[in-house]
Amino acid sequence: MDAIILQILNGLDKGSAYALIALGLTLIFGTLGVVNFAHGALFMIGAFCAVTLNRILTLSHQVVDESRKDFLGNPLKVDVPYVNDWFGEAAGATIIDWSVPLAILFSIPVMIAIGVIMERGLIKHFYRRPHADQILVTFGLAIVLQEIIKYFYGANPIPTPAPDVFRGSFDFGVLLGFDPNVIIYPYWRLVYFAFAALIVGAVFAFLQFTTFGMVVRAGMADRETVGLLGINIDRRFTIMFGLAAAVAGLAGVMYAPINSPNYHMGMDFLVLSFVVVVVGGMGSLPGAVLAGFVLGVLESFASMNEIKTILPGIDQIIIYLVAIIILLTRPRGLMGRKGVMED
Amino acid sequence: MSKSTLTRRGVLRTGAVAGAGVALPTIFTSSAASAFTNEPTGGTVTLGFNVPQTGPYADEGADELRAFELAVEHLNGGGDGGMINTFSSKTLDGTGILGKKVEYVTGDTQTKSDAARASAKSMIEKDGAVMISGGSSSGVAVAVQGLCQEAGVIFMAGLTHSNDTTGKDKKANGFRHFFNAYMSAAALAPVLSKMYGNDRKAYHLTADYTWGWTQQESIQAATEALGWETVNNVLTPLAQTDFSSYIAPVLNSGADVLVLNHYGGNMVNSLTNAVQFGLRDKQVNGKNFEIVVPLYSRLMARGAGENVKGIFGSTNWHWSLQDEGSKAFVKSFGTKYGFPPSQAAHTCYVQTLLYADAVQRAGSFNPCEVGAALEGFEFDGLGNGPTLYRADDHQCFKDVLVVRGKENPESEFDLLEVVEVTPRAQVEYAPDHPMFSGGNLGSCNPGA
Repeated sequence: MDAIILQILNGLDKGSAYALIALGLTLIFGTLGVVNFAHGALFMIGAFCAVTLNRILTLSHQVVDESRKDFLGNPLKVDVPYVNDWFGEAAGATIIDWSVPLAILFSIPVMIAIGVIMERGLIKHFYRRPHADQILVTFGLAIVLQEIIKYFYGANPIPTPAPDVFRGSFDFGVLLGFDPNVIIYPYWRLVYFAFAALIVGAVFAFLQFTTFGMVVRAGMADRETVGLLGINIDRRFTIMFGLAAAVAGLAGVMYAPINSPNYHMGMDFLVLSFVVVVVGGMGSLPGAVLAGFVLGVLESFASMNEIKTILPGIDQIIIYLVAIIILLTRPRGLMGRKGVMED
Repeated sequence: MSKSTLTRRGVLRTGAVAGAGVALPTIFTSSAASAFTNEPTGGTVTLGFNVPQTGPYADEGADELRAFELAVEHLNGGGDGGMINTFSSKTLDGTGILGKKVEYVTGDTQTKSDAARASAKSMIEKDGAVMISGGSSSGVAVAVQGLCQEAGVIFMAGLTHSNDTTGKDKKANGFRHFFNAYMSAAALAPVLSKMYGNDRKAYHLTADYTWGWTQQESIQAATEALGWETVNNVLTPLAQTDFSSYIAPVLNSGADVLVLNHYGGNMVNSLTNAVQFGLRDKQVNGKNFEIVVPLYSRLMARGAGENVKGIFGSTNWHWSLQDEGSKAFVKSFGTKYGFPPSQAAHTCYVQTLLYADAVQRAGSFNPCEVGAALEGFEFDGLGNGPTLYRADDHQCFKDVLVVRGKENPESEFDLLEVVEVTPRAQVEYAPDHPMFSGGNLGSCNPGA
């Protein structure tokens, strides 16, 4: 039982990342009709926003410490962050420690700007082109973006820890009546799950309860009619692209302490996220979120030793297997709408 | 009146044979004037450095390339000479190799076997490389070693740790200076016994490819010989990034040690995940839960940050060693590039010097004569103590370093501390050891 609860927690945690990326993908597909293969790269750039802010906050000047030697035997040059000079050592250390949560604020304008530039500068030229062209150009863009990141940050993963207060694990088992230390789960992963739920809720509330959201939903349903009513739907869709980029970026920022960011992490999530979108139903926002969590949980269960003993290798194919079954039985996905990508 | 013997079919057959002969790749043939592939004829000799310049190991590849450049500089008489001054063999004098100036070309393995073979082939066929070196993966090393054997050039392996490179996949034209999975396990086991005792239950997570399998087999055998029990061995996909679903079952498996047979990005992520799950704070079977990483790389360890603190592993070489060879290399490299070299850089630098020295001693670039000079060669002064290039399998035997993640690092390079230098005798094994069986060196191929 404890193993099952742990894998459910794991699945919800994995599902959070899948759901956030798939949500952005679906927003873009639903509004602009573009299959955006560069969306994983936006997730990766979000994680590097956290790395970048950490580097900005740790910008330092060097002080020579004569009592210590470097690897060549010369007096050691010790890096002293400017924030320590400005705010004192304790406050400076706290600011650096909280660089990942602070990066949430940093990443939102950066990601919206990247999204808008991407849409206006490149993707808008492909609205009326076949989906194959869109996939090729956005996939190429993803490769360019990851190579740019590699050029500036290198190929190795860069540790980006969560604040000290979130290190360690929460003992879930005690709450559920188990012995201590039987069901423990890292604090930051719980934070990630809660954060993902908050973002998903905020996006849905924005689309449901604001005039802007209402127009966007109307545009998703019938772009031409909304245009005939004199509403500049293209501008709103551009803003939605920026918001989708921000959602992917926030998912990346918060993911940075879970796995050290590297230039390739976007690609690792991209294919899975597309499967999530297809399983959820092309263009369906609730479908993307539901499928994200369902596939996350199934993937976690498939990694259990008991399951792998019976079905070796199932952990590597489960998501694709489910996708095949769903597409055979419900070709529009779990919550897909009639008419989307069916013309 | 004479009757012509020419027929249409005869002409076609002759033409086809002649055409095939002309079209045959030049690397599999030799010109009448050359006794072996790419025999240097002018005042220069070209070496081919095949390293990952793109892909996940690009940083390690960049460090290898720095080391190669430094080695070439030293061979041609530039810089301070580095390890040439401390090398026990005194044939290298800064005038190149056999009086020929050393030049080099580079290829990008991308850490993919097919790409690595293609780039090595190009360097041999188009650039005339007489030796290929470098690499950061056992899969690549085995593939390129096979190509060099077919092409008739020497392969001086870079970072490759699988037993198979000098085991079932060994080749007469291939030589490995780097240590292997068996040696890591043989060096680590006594230290683990001393630190954690002999009554332990180990849970293994293993990267699902050649290196992971041999590493796991080696460390399991070595720890079971101590009396440890192996609770489980779970194979993890190479492309896995989030290991949480593999770590969670460890929590209540009854194991009190987690062995991560992972390298590179896998190691960074699995170790980070394991620490996040509080494994190191757990008490199991009345003992502290421990994590072991059999193969450490300082470059990769940086990615795991503070999570490496206190965790044991092994490494081929470390910049903090205080022997004269290591100090000379660190000084040369550090002065030129501003930071200390990695173990990958060290093995590549040393392999280049060893090749050059073997050519000098053989008096020829002929790969068979160079191979003969390397076989059974005993040397010192290159950073690992007295070392033997064993003739039976072309594996170097030398001391192995057991390291631990440093608790209080003084710089971004100061991540590992050497806790024991395991003597060579403790990591030696018979050439027909079961973990290395199934292969055959075969005979040297000069490409003639």
